[in-house]
Amino acid sequence: MSAAVLSLSGIQKSFAGTRALRDAHLSLYAGEVCALVGENGAGKSTLVRVLSGLLQPDAGDIQLDGRSLRIGGVDHARELGISVVHQECMVFDNLSVAENIFVAGRPSQRRLVAWRAMHERASVILRQLDADFDPDMLAGELSVAQKHIVQIARALTTDARVMILDEPTASLSHREVSDLFRIVSKLKAAGCAVLFITHKFEEIFAIADRYAVFRDGTSVGDGQVSDVDRDTMIRLMVGRDVEQLFPKLPTTIGEELLRVERLSRAGEFEDISFSVHGGEIVGVYGLVGAGRTELAQVLFGLTRADTGNISVKGQRVSIDSPAQAVKHGLALVPEDRQQQGAILQFTIADNICLPNLQTLAPRGFLGRARESALADQWTASLQVKSRDSQQNVADLSGGNQQKVVIAKWLARNPSVLILDEPTKGIDVGAKSAVHAVTSEFAQRGNGVLMISSELPEIMGMSDRILVMRRGRLRAQFKRSEATAEGIIRAATDA
Amino acid sequence: MPERIDYLPMQPTMPPSRRRFSATAQRDTALALVTLSLFIGVTIAFPQFAQPTNLAEVLDDSALLILLALGQMLVILSRGIDLSIAANLALSGMIAALFNRSFPDVGIVAVMGIATVSGAALGAINGLLVWKLKLPPIVVTLGTMSVYRGCIYLLSHGTWINDNELSRGFLSFVQVKFLGLTSLSWIAIVASAFALAAMRHTNSGRNFYAAGDNPSAAANVGIDAGRMQFIAYTLCGAIAGLCGYLWVARFAVAYTDIALGFELQVIAACLIGGIAVAGGSGSVIGVLLGCLFIGVIRNAIPLVGISPFWQMLINGIVIVVAALLGARGRERGRVILEPDRAAP
Repeated sequence: MSAAVLSLSGIQKSFAGTRALRDAHLSLYAGEVCALVGENGAGKSTLVRVLSGLLQPDAGDIQLDGRSLRIGGVDHARELGISVVHQECMVFDNLSVAENIFVAGRPSQRRLVAWRAMHERASVILRQLDADFDPDMLAGELSVAQKHIVQIARALTTDARVMILDEPTASLSHREVSDLFRIVSKLKAAGCAVLFITHKFEEIFAIADRYAVFRDGTSVGDGQVSDVDRDTMIRLMVGRDVEQLFPKLPTTIGEELLRVERLSRAGEFEDISFSVHGGEIVGVYGLVGAGRTELAQVLFGLTRADTGNISVKGQRVSIDSPAQAVKHGLALVPEDRQQQGAILQFTIADNICLPNLQTLAPRGFLGRARESALADQWTASLQVKSRDSQQNVADLSGGNQQKVVIAKWLARNPSVLILDEPTKGIDVGAKSAVHAVTSEFAQRGNGVLMISSELPEIMGMSDRILVMRRGRLRAQFKRSEATAEGIIRAATDA
Repeated sequence: MPERIDYLPMQPTMPPSRRRFSATAQRDTALALVTLSLFIGVTIAFPQFAQPTNLAEVLDDSALLILLALGQMLVILSRGIDLSIAANLALSGMIAALFNRSFPDVGIVAVMGIATVSGAALGAINGLLVWKLKLPPIVVTLGTMSVYRGCIYLLSHGTWINDNELSRGFLSFVQVKFLGLTSLSWIAIVASAFALAAMRHTNSGRNFYAAGDNPSAAANVGIDAGRMQFIAYTLCGAIAGLCGYLWVARFAVAYTDIALGFELQVIAACLIGGIAVAGGSGSVIGVLLGCLFIGVIRNAIPLVGISPFWQMLINGIVIVVAALLGARGRERGRVILEPDRAAP
């Protein structure tokens, strides 16, 4: 077999103490499509950013045609023939489609932009992609799928030797996916090495020649697609021992606290029905973008459902604002701790007291002593590591910040706690502390709705598991019935 | 080695595309119509307004605003704002005036060069603070606005430099007429033509739009949005510096408070002209129309005989209306839900 065009070995990359890539290996061959799979957070996107020159690895070797090199930047990557279609929408809304496609190298004549040539070449590329929109349109007027096509078109403008497609099909329709596959086959036939990142197994078997599996930033397996089956690949992806140390306490399931019936919000999720009982932790699993956060936002009154009912303790309620949600005994620990969870410039005490001002100051005046007492009580019970409760939350580690966010709600004594990715980006110690607190809270007879993309967390903590995919509830598992394979299958269309 | 894939044939056959009327073009047309009807209205009531000599005066009066607004446009397009633009003008103008007082025999080109370089340096300070230290543009330029004004006081010890201390060449340059228009007007016309071409037809001009539109996407295609901001501030500063000399020459006096508060009119012209404060959107035509709109109102108000405070009111209303029009239809949620394939 011929030598690899691009090969990576031992790539490492850390961000502020979190190791996104520990030991990544990958080889791409001319005229072959390699599928890269792994759970959310396995390090795939970090690898893409390393290859596109946006990040420099901390350690490891990158070889192009057998020569070690450093990818200095985005322009350098392009010169080397590495083209990337990013997962996020990297288009310019106020520029025309044609200019979006050629933004990195506009056709020009005597140093002036040759708009007609640009328009014509863009039309040709778009036609090859069977896209039927006008190159003169502003990109902001396109749908998400069309914006992805624009990005693919952009990647096609250079003579790519290595083409990286980061979940290109995540927002494409069935027809658009087959169009994309046709393009990928063309690239393959022309000798391009393609890295195809996807969650969808049928796509791997349809298009890929080789596969590589990442887990926790490490390569855990690779080979020819013809040599594996779906189950082997899922096992490689999930891999680790799910019965890790999760301090899940035994509970008795009590009365129904929260009931959601046929809840829908246009463009986000549809027909979601479930309930949360006292003492129960309900896990919501799904890939990023499955509509889970959007569901939590509706439950907490941040946005409103179009149709459907929400009942709290048997009473039909309408939740138009977070204030009402709180009044009904709901609390939300949002996914984005730094922007939405904690107020970083406030002290620990101020953060914890914020949702509890009414209780603390029934006549409208706050007393320092009462504030500190409340804060101290909760920082002690959640073991927040800090100097004292007057320290700014910004100075705490991520895990301790999250404990403060949870504490502020627990101090209000809600009946249902909604956690959105509660342990995202925090270290192992803080993780198990958050799990312990959650578990104790449920044991006291309260309900928990826990959104998480981490399978071990979902399986270790939940009494019941809901799986969402593309805005719909696809499966429900009891704790005793849940298997990693079953959950992944439901979440990924496998 | 893979074969070259020829995705880009040069001479394709294309069906004629339906030219779309972009939102920017629509806004520019609307503003042009409003300005034109304003002009016609004033002319019907006061026919002398449309006299060529009066129109030349309106242009002369708007020239400095046009130049400064073009500079400010670059900064706002790249997601910044320059509150120090008028202070930069005043400081550079003072430096030019002091230089001329000390060396009255040195030619006018050198004076303009000094003012421009001084302005560019002051703009570059703004740009570096925003780019390298990642400070918010409004904070940086609010600070430098006061610093630059303070520097004028330090340089001039609070005194005025009057026309009798400035050379004849220094003062007369801006009044030189060519084809009935002052050199000041011509500078504005040439700068506008250059800006029109550069912002539409050069890579650098287009990169300002890309950088302000989506900085992270810009990084992905090798455009450093921070560097574009730095360039924008430096160019804006250079224009402000040149305008410093022009202002002092036109009004024949330099002192600490010249052009005090003028930055707000410059920003107003940009906003009326449809430059989005969020960056990445707006046109040179729009800015020019915004300046003309302000210029027509400013020159018509004395004729109509109403209080000049009406001008502030009208400018303010137009800014808010422009913002309202810009905000509409911008909100579009992302789509997660896909239609289920036909159920069995």
